[in-house]
Amino acid sequence: MHAARQIGGPLLQVENISLSFGGVRALANISFEIREHEVLAIIGPNGAGKSSMLNVINGFYHPQEGRITYKGKTRARMRPHQAAAQGIARTFQNIALFKGMSTLDNIMTGRLLKMRQPFFMQALYLGPAKREELEHRAFCERIIDFLEIQAIRKTPVGRLPYGLQKRVELARALAAEPELLLLDEPMAGMNVEEKEDMCRFVLDVNEHFGTTIALIEHDMGVVMDISDRVVVLDYGRKLADGTPDEVRADQAVIDAYLGVSHEETASAAAE
Amino acid sequence: MFYREAGQFKTSYAADQAIFPILQDRIFVAFLLLVAFVVVPVVANEYWLSTILLPFLVFSLAAVGLNLLTGYCGQLSLGTGGFMACGAFAAYKLSTGFPELNIVVVMLASGVITALVGVLFGLPSLRIKGFYLAVATLAAQFFLLWLFNKFAWFTNYSPSGVISAPPRAVFGDFFVTGPQATPAGKYLFALTLVALLALAAKNMVRCRVGRSWMAIRDMDIAAEIIGIRPLTAKLSAFAVSSFYIGVAGAMWAFVYTGSVEALAFQIDRSFQILFMIIIGGLGSILGSFLGAAFITLLPIFLSNAPNIFGLSISVDTVSHFEFMIFGALIVFFLIVEPHGLARLWQIAKEKLRLWPFPY
Repeated sequence: MHAARQIGGPLLQVENISLSFGGVRALANISFEIREHEVLAIIGPNGAGKSSMLNVINGFYHPQEGRITYKGKTRARMRPHQAAAQGIARTFQNIALFKGMSTLDNIMTGRLLKMRQPFFMQALYLGPAKREELEHRAFCERIIDFLEIQAIRKTPVGRLPYGLQKRVELARALAAEPELLLLDEPMAGMNVEEKEDMCRFVLDVNEHFGTTIALIEHDMGVVMDISDRVVVLDYGRKLADGTPDEVRADQAVIDAYLGVSHEETASAAAE
Repeated sequence: MFYREAGQFKTSYAADQAIFPILQDRIFVAFLLLVAFVVVPVVANEYWLSTILLPFLVFSLAAVGLNLLTGYCGQLSLGTGGFMACGAFAAYKLSTGFPELNIVVVMLASGVITALVGVLFGLPSLRIKGFYLAVATLAAQFFLLWLFNKFAWFTNYSPSGVISAPPRAVFGDFFVTGPQATPAGKYLFALTLVALLALAAKNMVRCRVGRSWMAIRDMDIAAEIIGIRPLTAKLSAFAVSSFYIGVAGAMWAFVYTGSVEALAFQIDRSFQILFMIIIGGLGSILGSFLGAAFITLLPIFLSNAPNIFGLSISVDTVSHFEFMIFGALIVFFLIVEPHGLARLWQIAKEKLRLWPFPY
């Protein structure tokens, strides 16, 4: 299936990350790596620390311990806009689009870091500023074609249905031409067809653009199908890390997901 | 029926990104500009020019300025009056201190000075939002007025605290301030400045800088993750907005009234301009103009309405009615369309495309 793409060395390494809010330990001593061009799924029950992990990666939370190495550079404290400048884009669990703007403007905003024209040229909308605007428009139109949202390009995103909003959010993240794309539950709340579409887009992005993708997802069918590797978190700890098949067979994971049956153990003891 | 874009195919992104992509809109705007620049100065009398159209233009510019900050960047400000005063006094000090400076340069430079002051008072916006920020901007309003009242240096030690615009010409004999200036000349000067600055504002809001403001307005966390620096976006909005408001203040003092004291820019001025953009439409350049027209022109129309319809009502009854009808209309428009007159205009245009068919 992924014959064309080559999974490379580690793009991002997370080492011994610990994060707490007051007395609550959100992440405890987590280490894993995201390899170039792969699709990595982060799974775990609710409250396992998956979203916190993404927030740490793109600089939104600052972990108390541990370090992050991205593209060979170990990172000190970083702000989200610095992460964006280094090529990390993401989508959110609860859609975080700019509701007052059209689909096209949302996607164009995603390309903001690529635009260089000074302020006064923009106010005059002359020569280079206009050219720059049109070049980026052309790029955004390619993303619009890719994600099949041509019909809604002028619609204010607040009026779009949920599934399309998720797609626009993916489009906005893609507009930044990221090297690492973090997707926080891209398929939550979707019906089967929408999920299939989204899976196709995620795989296409990975294949065509070579974008490394780290995604959080609850739908196990989706996770096992599209990801190259899976990291399992539970209560802020890492339970397992490996290919879908390895993870599926891991006893700790099974216990965390299905629960250890106390009745069985009790009845076994009684017998 | 007449307002149809059928058959107008856009073949380039440039055509699609134009401010007025529809031919009928372009014709209408060209017609409007022609009337404003050619017909009005010839036809209108002095009363119309200097008591109706000039304040409308000045308020429009201030409303555009505030709309950039509040409507586009989402930062509520109640310091508009203070910033207008800042522009007025900066223009006064510049034109009296450097008499050789051209009036256009004076206007723009006082805008720049106000922009710097605006950035200073915009710093709290990095920490506080919404109503709390509005209260913080009150500091600008009160501090600036206090400053201009307290230190006579700003009024060149005039005992009354009133500043009067020295006579200045744009070129040759074309005086726009002082006694030699004709109402038509003042009007044309103000109109040109307002039209150019409004065009610049429109360009800003459809380019990168405008998108970064709207992104901060709609979802500041997502904006930051895309790579927008809240510091740059918010402070640039404060700077540009204050620039516009400063130029409007300078125009108020120099072109509209000719002489002014700090009291003219009290807190009710800030509220007045805030109401203009709320009624006109937050996040719309057109809405700034509609709101300014509503707030400045409607009271004048209401007080003259009995005469127009040949009714004889005593003057004080008229003024009471004026307030009542004005208040009722504000409530009416806000209920009918909370997004302002600009949205009503947009809906009207959409309806017009289908007329005479219902859908």
